[in-house]
Amino acid sequence: MANLSLRSVEKVYGNSFKAVHGIDLEVKDGEFMVLVGPSGCAKSTTLRMIAGLETITGGEIRIGDKVVNNLVPGDRGIAMVFQNYALYPHMKVKNNLSFGLRIKRTPKDEIARGVENVSGILEIEELLERLPKQLSGGQAQRVAVGRALIKQPEVFLFDEPLSNLDAKLRASMRVRITDLHKQLKQASTSSTVVYVTHDQTEAMTMGDRICVMKDGHIMQVADPVTLYNRPENEFVAGFIGSPEMNLIPVALQRNGAPALTIGSQTVTFGNQLASRLSASTGDDLTMGVRPQHMQMVPPETDNAFSGTISHVEFMGHEVNLYVDIEGHKFTVVIPGDHYNPSMLADGAIRLAPRESQLHLFDPKTSQNISLA
Amino acid sequence: MGGEKQWVGLAYVAPYVIGLLVFTAIPFGASFYLSFTDYPLLSAPIWVGLQNYIELIFHDRTFHRALQVTMTYVFITVPLKLTFALAIAYVLNYKLKFIGFFRTAYYVPSILGGSVAIAVLWRYIFADIGLVNMIITGLGFEAINFFGDPRYALFTITLLRVWQFGSAMVIFLAALQSIPAHVYEAAAIDGANKAQTFFFITLPLITPVIFFNLILQMVEAFQEFNGPFIITDGTGAPLRSTYLVPLYIYDKAFRQFDMGYASAIAWILFAIIMVLTLIAFWSSRHWVYYAGDKRS
Repeated sequence: MANLSLRSVEKVYGNSFKAVHGIDLEVKDGEFMVLVGPSGCAKSTTLRMIAGLETITGGEIRIGDKVVNNLVPGDRGIAMVFQNYALYPHMKVKNNLSFGLRIKRTPKDEIARGVENVSGILEIEELLERLPKQLSGGQAQRVAVGRALIKQPEVFLFDEPLSNLDAKLRASMRVRITDLHKQLKQASTSSTVVYVTHDQTEAMTMGDRICVMKDGHIMQVADPVTLYNRPENEFVAGFIGSPEMNLIPVALQRNGAPALTIGSQTVTFGNQLASRLSASTGDDLTMGVRPQHMQMVPPETDNAFSGTISHVEFMGHEVNLYVDIEGHKFTVVIPGDHYNPSMLADGAIRLAPRESQLHLFDPKTSQNISLA
Repeated sequence: MGGEKQWVGLAYVAPYVIGLLVFTAIPFGASFYLSFTDYPLLSAPIWVGLQNYIELIFHDRTFHRALQVTMTYVFITVPLKLTFALAIAYVLNYKLKFIGFFRTAYYVPSILGGSVAIAVLWRYIFADIGLVNMIITGLGFEAINFFGDPRYALFTITLLRVWQFGSAMVIFLAALQSIPAHVYEAAAIDGANKAQTFFFITLPLITPVIFFNLILQMVEAFQEFNGPFIITDGTGAPLRSTYLVPLYIYDKAFRQFDMGYASAIAWILFAIIMVLTLIAFWSSRHWVYYAGDKRS
């Protein structure tokens, strides 16, 4: 069992392109940490540096109490599951599982026990005599997980392991991997996991904590609930959550209760928001409000924004409304049973942001200034 | 296809078809017939049945000796050349500076290797006062009579063939480059060192190409003629230690004008190559991994 620690880790390529900018990350023993971010954010590079498949050009990586900067992958106490499975194509499943143990000259009976145990856990007993080319994507991915599991590593690394599977299989594998992590944790065996994905659903549903990355920087590390409710910056606010958070430029007025103005419309808020803002806050801000937190209010309500519905997506359990407020595009999600096609007659709608779930960002620094 | 178009098509394929018929198919059939005849070239062939084959198989000591030399030559040359080609390809597969130059440089011997000029050059390099002996004597050892000592003569011819490793190397290089990087990464994560990765991952994954090269090189080696003919002036000296079967075919056909007998030797050589190829194909089921084959 081991924790993993990245201290000021940097990656600069030969052409002086800096891919990773001195990141710090602590993954606790037994924790399921997800690295998430858009393409090119260096999440996979970070994982590969932990694995030892990429050298680091600065900083320090520790697994347990040992600095692994200069250790080859095989000596780091890690196991990795690749996006494309990376099974040895010429070896039967049982030999794929046991390869790592065989080359370390592990006793044969121990290898046999390991293969039996792992194939039982992952329900791949009937596949042991097959070659990888005779497996489906889901089966191959289970074998790849088994190959990692059998090594009993200190840290498991997953590099977008579900990306090549169809949606249904992805959902079931998600559950299988999280269940497996729980089982390992309960059995007090090695269970520290670093899991890379670009899919925020995977990140939110699987991770104990999530590390959101952008352009080689860590934007925020937090548990899924905190990340969703208290994004520290505009990037995290926009990246986590579906549909995306509405980020709209507003003017803040503070003559008494705080009020936000979009174009010619102003909505006044109460003490809840006032208590979260410091005196030094500037006046031109970015308002962040999730589509689910824009409440549809009756037409006669005063303190609300007026807009026009431009497009509707009816999904059954909920409805996405695309609304124009003074030239700014808003997305609003309402429960399916609140939707009435007649509301499209003139397209007019009044919306009030839920105060407790409203965020304000400083446009210069992109930081959330309403977290206090 | 309409009449005129058909003739245009046939005209395009005609050179190849005519070439195949005149230089391969007809001589192939003719030699089979001639192998059952006594044919001194200047008079009509006389049918002798299996006499040539009986003589060859049961009585002709020269043939037996030539066959033995040829077998030794093939069984030394082919593995040596394949190993050498693979080793060079393995090194050239690394991402090094000027790798394009090195890849070209290592291929050059293959273009030149089979030529008469290189065989002549080889004769000078391994001569009593040649380059190799200059180095050997320079290091304080006694000069070796490469072409005069039966212990070394065949080895020298073998080296000439191994030196032409380029084509096999290029095929190996292509195979090495086709192995996906993630398989090597998985092996590194599993803790495999370079040697283990090579023997357990690289080698098995390129077995189809090893097999292909094995067949190709074996067939070529059985037909080796230029090198030993030029280096030994066609004598297979010393003491016939480099007297390969193709040299014997040449002697019988073009020195003694015994075309029937020469044809019979050629057909026996063909049969040997065929049998060894079939054995190789049969054995390949147990050691060659084909990525596209869905069978277990």
